[in-house]
Amino acid sequence: MNLAVQIRELTKHYVLKSETVRALRGVSFDVPEGDYVAIMGPSGSGKSTLLNLLGCLDRPTSGSFILGGDDVARMSDDQLSAIRASRIGFVFQSYNLIPQLTVVENIEVPLYYMGQLNAKTKKRCRELAEMVGLGERLGHRPAQLSGGQQQRVAIARSLVNNPQFILADEATGNLDSVTTDEILALFHRLNENGVTIIMVTHEDEVAEHAKRVIRLRDGLIQVDERNKQRKTTFGQHAAKMAQIDLNSTDPVATSS
Amino acid sequence: MIVWIRTFQLGIKNLLLHPMRSMLTMLGILIGVFSVITLLAIGDGISEQAQKQIEDLGAENIMIRTIKPPSEAGANFREIKMYGITRAEQRLIERTIPTIKNVIPIRELPMKFSYQGNPNVKPIDGRLVGCTSDYQSVNRLEMARGHFLTPREVERKLPVCVIAGVLADKLFPSEDPIKKQIFMPEKGQFYEIVGVLKYRDATAAIGGSLAAQDFSYDVYIPITAMESRMGDQEVKRASGSFSVDHFELSQLTVQVADIKNIQEISDLVKNTLLRDKPLRQDFAIIVPYELIKRAEATRQVFLIFLAVIAGISLLVGGIGIMNIMLATVTERTREIGIRRALGAKQGDIVRQFLVETVVLSIFGGIIGIVLGCLATFLVVPIRDRLAYFRPDIFEGLPPEIQNMTPNIVLMSVPISFGISVAVGIVFGLYPAIRAAKMDPIEALRHE
Repeated sequence: MNLAVQIRELTKHYVLKSETVRALRGVSFDVPEGDYVAIMGPSGSGKSTLLNLLGCLDRPTSGSFILGGDDVARMSDDQLSAIRASRIGFVFQSYNLIPQLTVVENIEVPLYYMGQLNAKTKKRCRELAEMVGLGERLGHRPAQLSGGQQQRVAIARSLVNNPQFILADEATGNLDSVTTDEILALFHRLNENGVTIIMVTHEDEVAEHAKRVIRLRDGLIQVDERNKQRKTTFGQHAAKMAQIDLNSTDPVATSS
Repeated sequence: MIVWIRTFQLGIKNLLLHPMRSMLTMLGILIGVFSVITLLAIGDGISEQAQKQIEDLGAENIMIRTIKPPSEAGANFREIKMYGITRAEQRLIERTIPTIKNVIPIRELPMKFSYQGNPNVKPIDGRLVGCTSDYQSVNRLEMARGHFLTPREVERKLPVCVIAGVLADKLFPSEDPIKKQIFMPEKGQFYEIVGVLKYRDATAAIGGSLAAQDFSYDVYIPITAMESRMGDQEVKRASGSFSVDHFELSQLTVQVADIKNIQEISDLVKNTLLRDKPLRQDFAIIVPYELIKRAEATRQVFLIFLAVIAGISLLVGGIGIMNIMLATVTERTREIGIRRALGAKQGDIVRQFLVETVVLSIFGGIIGIVLGCLATFLVVPIRDRLAYFRPDIFEGLPPEIQNMTPNIVLMSVPISFGISVAVGIVFGLYPAIRAAKMDPIEALRHE
């Protein structure tokens, strides 16, 4: 099985005025393609640091991070930007849609920075919006949508570049339980379609949907185990999310 | 290229989100460009007017004017005052300075004119000019009817005259003036009209040496006839006083063969006139060519002055733009973070904000150019209104402004457009780079 992510002895130190904060002190794990990983840990455990490194928003102090066969740990800022555009799908707690853009334009943003925005890929953006149930709201702006709908737009946006993995940062943190269920059902279904998902969360109820849980403590991996009692059932509100078929949309040809 | 077009579209879209703010931001550049265009147009109009008036005097001419010395206090009231350039001096200049092409003697007298066939018209105050036939070409007089004084008429001292168009209209409102006799009551002499001139604008006054000349009430007669029929003495009677002026010539206009020597020739003329009487102060030498060069220099200074003013207003406009863009960058920190996370390179962010600034300044510049050109066309109607409704104010304006038509200086359009683009780039670069240098992680966390 191909590895989406391979991390070896990753460390990250922040140099503050007088002291060095060692946020990550040597973390190693692999994420095979098609995996569904929940990264957990209390605050200060290095969770956010690991997330920033996985998201190629930051560079590690040492160690290696192989993403789809390339070591991104030593890449330049511009190279990292290109990697983010083409290989990573971000889903944030606060959705992070651009307020002045419409639903479909928000989904197009990564393609814009990949230089892949054309009629064909625009069609895929519309299909993705329809897939997440927002086909009627392509021209709406984020402010006109509910939190769950905004997060579905963000998920559609994260899929548009056929990423190596989706990186979800507390993706359900701002949502009520019904909507949380809906989003988790969507993740579950996407994972069944072969999408690799890495999510950072501090909620056990969310983590129990993942295939695998990694717990961090003080910058080290404390536990890395398969989720034996994985929860795969969802409420009836989420039923329609469990029906979607990612393969019905035209994939975007990417360089990866 | 596609990237730039898309960035451009995005920039316009973002600017339209805050139309009021965008407009106010533009205002600085707009006013700067507007003032460049209008000030340059008005400045060019004024200096062209002044230039034209000086050129009317003739660039290749040197003028030697007789100046009446101020009357001394307690002067003898029966004294005969003798002053001015003489015919002997004219001949001396003609014979001793070989680089001179032509010398035209002129003698001017204030005079009243009337026409006895039209007793309704009171004698009109005008100017009698004795001259030779060359006077026409040197002063660029244009004929409306008839002909100017011919060399033959001058040589034979014939009592003929050429009159200015305005005077002809007043004296002969319903008759053809040609072949009519004009009458000078003070002298009791008749002259037959052989030609009528076209209307002509007054020349500008130049410093203290040459009063503004109004040609509207001129009558030209052969200087030879003037000498033989009127002599050189003018008697003036006023209540309780009686004075006699004796002067031979009012002016000598010297045409030089080569304009390069004009300064040397004017020095030679001056030395010739001062040779026997080094202290005399009854003449002045005017070199229009020098005046033209001086006017040119003044014009340059004027343009530099305008450029500095325009530069300051564009600088202020640019700082205004930079200020707003810095605020915008802070306001959109989160958007920058999102874009960076989704794969925007630093260059993409720089381009996005730079394009917004440049679009603002370009639009400001274009609107400024359009308004500036429109305002230029409005100057003349506004001045005419002023002349109509408040003639008292209008009369107080300098003649250059009264007659000036603004010229849009063609170069000012591309230059001010270029400057507004440059201002956009220069003042947009710093906010754009600041936006791009933001840490994406921090930017994403920004509320």
